[in-house]
Amino acid sequence: MAELLQVQGLETQFRTREGIVHAVNGVSFNLKEGETLGIVGESGCGKSVTVMSMLRLIPNPPGRVVAGTAMYQGKDLLKVSNEEMRHIRGAQISMIFQDPMTSFNPVLTIGRQVSEPLETHLGMPRKQAYDRVAEMLSLVGIPNAKDRLNDYPHQFSGGMRQRVMIAMSLTCSPQILIADEPTTALDVTIQAQIVDLVKQLRDQLGMSMIWITHDLGIVAGLAERVNVMYAGYIIETAPVKTLYGDPRHPYTLGLLGSLPRVDETDRRRLVSIEGLPPVLYEKPQVCPFAPRCSHRVERCLKENPPLTQVGPEHFAACWVDTTTGREWQ
Amino acid sequence: MSQEILLKVENLVKYFPIMKGAFIRKQVGAVHAVDGVSFEIYKGETLGLVGESGCGKSTTGRAILQLHRPTSGSVIFEGRDLVKTKGEELRLMRRKMQMIFQDPYASLNPRMTVGEIIGEPVLVHGIMDRKASEKRVEELLSLVGLNPAYANRYPHEFSGGQRQRVGVARALALNPSLIVCDEPISALDVSIQAQVVNLLEDLQKQLGLTYLFIAHDLSMVRHISNRVAVMYLGSMVELATRDDVYYHPLHPYTQALLSAVPIPDPIAEEKRQRQILKGEIPSPINPPSGCRFRTRCPHATDICAEKRPEWREVTPGHFVACHLV
Repeated sequence: MAELLQVQGLETQFRTREGIVHAVNGVSFNLKEGETLGIVGESGCGKSVTVMSMLRLIPNPPGRVVAGTAMYQGKDLLKVSNEEMRHIRGAQISMIFQDPMTSFNPVLTIGRQVSEPLETHLGMPRKQAYDRVAEMLSLVGIPNAKDRLNDYPHQFSGGMRQRVMIAMSLTCSPQILIADEPTTALDVTIQAQIVDLVKQLRDQLGMSMIWITHDLGIVAGLAERVNVMYAGYIIETAPVKTLYGDPRHPYTLGLLGSLPRVDETDRRRLVSIEGLPPVLYEKPQVCPFAPRCSHRVERCLKENPPLTQVGPEHFAACWVDTTTGREWQ
Repeated sequence: MSQEILLKVENLVKYFPIMKGAFIRKQVGAVHAVDGVSFEIYKGETLGLVGESGCGKSTTGRAILQLHRPTSGSVIFEGRDLVKTKGEELRLMRRKMQMIFQDPYASLNPRMTVGEIIGEPVLVHGIMDRKASEKRVEELLSLVGLNPAYANRYPHEFSGGQRQRVGVARALALNPSLIVCDEPISALDVSIQAQVVNLLEDLQKQLGLTYLFIAHDLSMVRHISNRVAVMYLGSMVELATRDDVYYHPLHPYTQALLSAVPIPDPIAEEKRQRQILKGEIPSPINPPSGCRFRTRCPHATDICAEKRPEWREVTPGHFVACHLV
């Protein structure tokens, strides 16, 4: 599979009253054609900021992408003109946002909003665009799609609105679909509907996908490869089965241990990761997870570990080999 | 866990009126938030109460504590019907039942120090004087794993997980026997959730507390509960021991709900047959006739639309409301 998107050394900062927050601190990853990549992490770990930086959606000020490249079709997304970027965003790379309640314009009809990418990117006349939108809406499972084009966002429920959002992101048949916690605001039975729908559409349309979430459960059934993020770094990346079956970074181990499972047989005490994630007013010089880590050695407080290979396609950023508990030689 | 009943809820109903009109207010309808729910909570157990948003699980919790006065039904706690008690008598009963709220950012007064928040219950109930209450606050803070020296700090100085510990300490101040935990961890990050759940479990062992644990996270409820009740659109659809609910769910809604929960294990996910419910939760203003779940139920028949299924005990301790079981 060819590499479709290559992100190298991405760094993003935010200027706040308290100082500069180093939200993303040098993130590199690739997305292959047809692949689904999961990015997981807790709030504030930089997972959303990573993709927003890549798409140039970070408001400046206060945010600023200070370093890195994001190569797509031989072009660096961080360098192309605004005009060119607008052609890529929404047409070739599109995004589904977390909150279906606030991501629509409340005073425009659904038909108007969903047809907008078609009109802007493909120059389709409105009438034809509306027909296409009706098709898309029925594809994502909205009943009587034609009659609902003139409805406003508030006339749809949360799950239905998320379906509309998916339809909107797919109108121009993008190559890459980025989903930023698209099911977090939804109930579990509705979440299952949406995940199922996205999977179907992905296979049908042959898209590549980046799925951002804090829910390790969803990614398990959806992604082929997973990046785990902490404090603005990717701290572990592996094919999905390797990551869940043989996690190596202490944070990933802790995260998986802290999750109870619905199919669990006996009652065990949950592993809890003591302490809190750091606030990143300075770019970490030592391992950012060290203060909470149970495997900590002296070196962790002196140097920040780089991502190193620990298995086939499996990388972790830790000075300690967690399988033996000893420092790597 | 004993079989001694601490709390008995019978046919609890809570409707919220919908009013219309600017000068002459008229009731034009009602939200059927809780519609005839009956269950018991045993001393020392954790009863998990699960369901999707709007199913009435929080309203049930609040109606038990009389924070919402029920429309009808009874809540019998230590031999007394709370629905019929009021005034001073109810206030005295409140000492024994406390609540932990969902949002640790909104449920603590930002202008009070943590010490004042935790000490307030004992002062309000006149159990201790100020001096003794300070001592009690220190005790409680160390009990929930916070430094007693933090008593003079304000809520904004704490993280979400620490704030929730403050909420727990406040709930424990009066030595209650029942604590209603209303989604106590859903506002917290995954690694912090485990900290709070472990704390709740430790406190239960140490103090012999009884919990009504309200949540929408089925995995967490499975982890913490002895018995589990499932609600849908204001009615209870199933109630049984934890293993019965998770291994042998009888109600089609429970089955669908369980199959919708993602498992953090790609190999298990691959093998799974997922049952995906069609449609959405109907409005509680105008709930479907008969069985509330029939509009989304894959097995619904004619009788489901005509008659409301009876709440019955199919095997000892396993209650279900479905015509087809």
